[in-house]
Amino acid sequence: MDNASFFIQQLINAIFLGSIFSLIALGYTMVYGIIELINFAHGELFTAGAFIGIIVLAALQNIGFVETHFVLTLILVFGMAMAYVAVLGVAIEQVAYKPLRKASRLAAILSALGMSIFLSNGMMLSQGVSDRAYPAILGMDGFSILDARITYGQIFIIVLSLVLMVALNMFVNWSRLGKAMRATAQNQTMARMLGIDIDRTIRATFMIGPALGAAAGVMVGMYYGSVRFDMGFIYMIKAFAAAILGGIGSIPGAVLGGMIIGGVEVLWSAFLPSEWKDVTTFVVLILVLYFRPSGILGEHVSESRV
Amino acid sequence: MAKADFKKFIIYSLFLGILILPMVGFPGRSFETARAFTIWGGIVGILAFWLVSKTVRRSDMYQRTAAHLAPFRNTVSRKFSKFPTKYYILALIIAVAAYPLLADNYMIDVGITCLIYIVLGLGLNIVVGLAGLLDLGYIAFYAVGAYSYSLLNLHFGISFWLALPIGMVIGGIFGCIIGYPTLKMRGDYLAIVTMGFGEIIRLVLNNWDKLTKGPNGLLGMAKPAVVYPAFTESGLGWVVYSLKSLHALYYLMFIIAVLTVIGVRRLDNSRIGRAWVAIREDEVAAELSGVPTTWLKLLAYAMGAAFASVVGAFFAAKLSYTNPNFFIFMESCIVLCIVVLGGVGSIPGIILAGIILIAVPEIFRELQNYRMLAFGLAMAAMMVLRPEGLIPASRRKRELHETDQFAPEDLKDGG
Repeated sequence: MDNASFFIQQLINAIFLGSIFSLIALGYTMVYGIIELINFAHGELFTAGAFIGIIVLAALQNIGFVETHFVLTLILVFGMAMAYVAVLGVAIEQVAYKPLRKASRLAAILSALGMSIFLSNGMMLSQGVSDRAYPAILGMDGFSILDARITYGQIFIIVLSLVLMVALNMFVNWSRLGKAMRATAQNQTMARMLGIDIDRTIRATFMIGPALGAAAGVMVGMYYGSVRFDMGFIYMIKAFAAAILGGIGSIPGAVLGGMIIGGVEVLWSAFLPSEWKDVTTFVVLILVLYFRPSGILGEHVSESRV
Repeated sequence: MAKADFKKFIIYSLFLGILILPMVGFPGRSFETARAFTIWGGIVGILAFWLVSKTVRRSDMYQRTAAHLAPFRNTVSRKFSKFPTKYYILALIIAVAAYPLLADNYMIDVGITCLIYIVLGLGLNIVVGLAGLLDLGYIAFYAVGAYSYSLLNLHFGISFWLALPIGMVIGGIFGCIIGYPTLKMRGDYLAIVTMGFGEIIRLVLNNWDKLTKGPNGLLGMAKPAVVYPAFTESGLGWVVYSLKSLHALYYLMFIIAVLTVIGVRRLDNSRIGRAWVAIREDEVAAELSGVPTTWLKLLAYAMGAAFASVVGAFFAAKLSYTNPNFFIFMESCIVLCIVVLGGVGSIPGIILAGIILIAVPEIFRELQNYRMLAFGLAMAAMMVLRPEGLIPASRRKRELHETDQFAPEDLKDGG
């Protein structure tokens, strides 16, 4: 393999990883933008999406649906995973976050952390401790550019994530509910005065953010071929780093941050010892928080928020 | 039975069915009906119990009985509260000291683990409870203590007692290293950054093969030893007694725990402790009142880290072994859980929570798998239902009541 094909291969990896981090980071950024709380359970919601993907795929494979209706299978897998996680997200919000909206910040964070521990262990008990193999349905068919092998599966995943991001951006910018979300994020009291149903807006945020995370979970499962109950933790930290790097609360920022973190990670694994790559992400996160807590695209955040 | 409650019950049950059935029902490739419906049924049963108990409590008969029993309950609680705290503490110390005489080796080991976590909880309480800085990477300092003793002992042959103060200093330095960049941060950013630091330390221990032997861990540290004068064959000389038995280690840990309780209690009531509480409540106001916030925050990290590294050194010495996997993020969560469940800032609460959270799952081994599940749920439930903890700290309780009385709206951004 020569340099150019190596470069293309790494570029595809970077874009893939970057879009995964972006999708997860979007969930963080939306929730943080509206209620100013880090949804610690977001990583677990992502994992739950991956597991539901496995379950639906396995069930469809059992009845021989995959061979006959391939496109419908993909729609069903992504749709069911996203729907399930959207319900789970709202359930968590109602149980653990809503009663604490007026309580101290520490209480809300601890409640979120408790939910994260609860979900991750619930998945461990129900789905097992070991790696679960993902049914390989995307196959290895593909094409080559300069010896670099690119499968249709990779292309599909990257395109799907881009579509989701664009759809989200359009939704937030143009739809009624999206406008309500932006208004609530800017000034909750004022939004309430203008007749926006705050509870409904927050519920919608807790459906859309986790649903994007769930899509990312299914993609990770399909791409790497296995999922584990605790894989959400490391993705969560990296996606969070991405959300902060881009500027928390900003949707284009989350995408940009995700791409940067994905790129840095792929570059690091390509040229430097890969067991240190997680350390790099943490260091990037801490440096960003220290030097520019408002991120690249974030508006200036007052010190009290930080 | 109120209609609204019943409706809520039905909706919750259906929702939980949607959430539980697919996750629990498919451990493999096929749907396991029995497993899924047993668990769902259990949870619906709990909900039904809640519904029934709520209806009973609303009923006239229950209210009348409660009114009859109220004077009796008051006299009993008054009798108990009249009992001076001194006696409770004395009874507790005697019970803990006498415990190894009655228990077998396994139970003594559980006791040591309990004491270790209680001390960790008390140390974290300085950071979280007093200074109000949420630290999710606390177990890293425990790791620093364990590894600094291991390395000092293996490479330089330094004894446990000498390694303790050195470990405390190293732990304190690490505390400041973590504390310094986070001085300006609050709340959730702080939580993420400390979590990141905790993971960095674990990953460094895991990857730095030359120094720490990576995931294999370090082996063969000396146990703590006591030197005392005695008559031997060659006359009066010094005899080295290595604390190898579990009993001896238990008492050593017991002494560390008692010293920690005394230390944390004195800190709590000191000028520094009050300054920490001031920072927790309102940093700007504290700064303006002349509290040196920067130094005190660093001091809080350093003090918390010092306590953790003492127990870390003890832990390494007890096992004669350490490896990075002892110090995963979940351990930080367990310690935080102890602090939160016991009541943030409350020493008796933390002791009680430490005993409950560590000993109960060890005694009922079959419940081990469900331990973290219950911890997580308990943590969230505690925050929603009873944020002051099992045994609230007296100061904290007063604060919470104050917020009940006066405009809670104004305080919502305070934490």
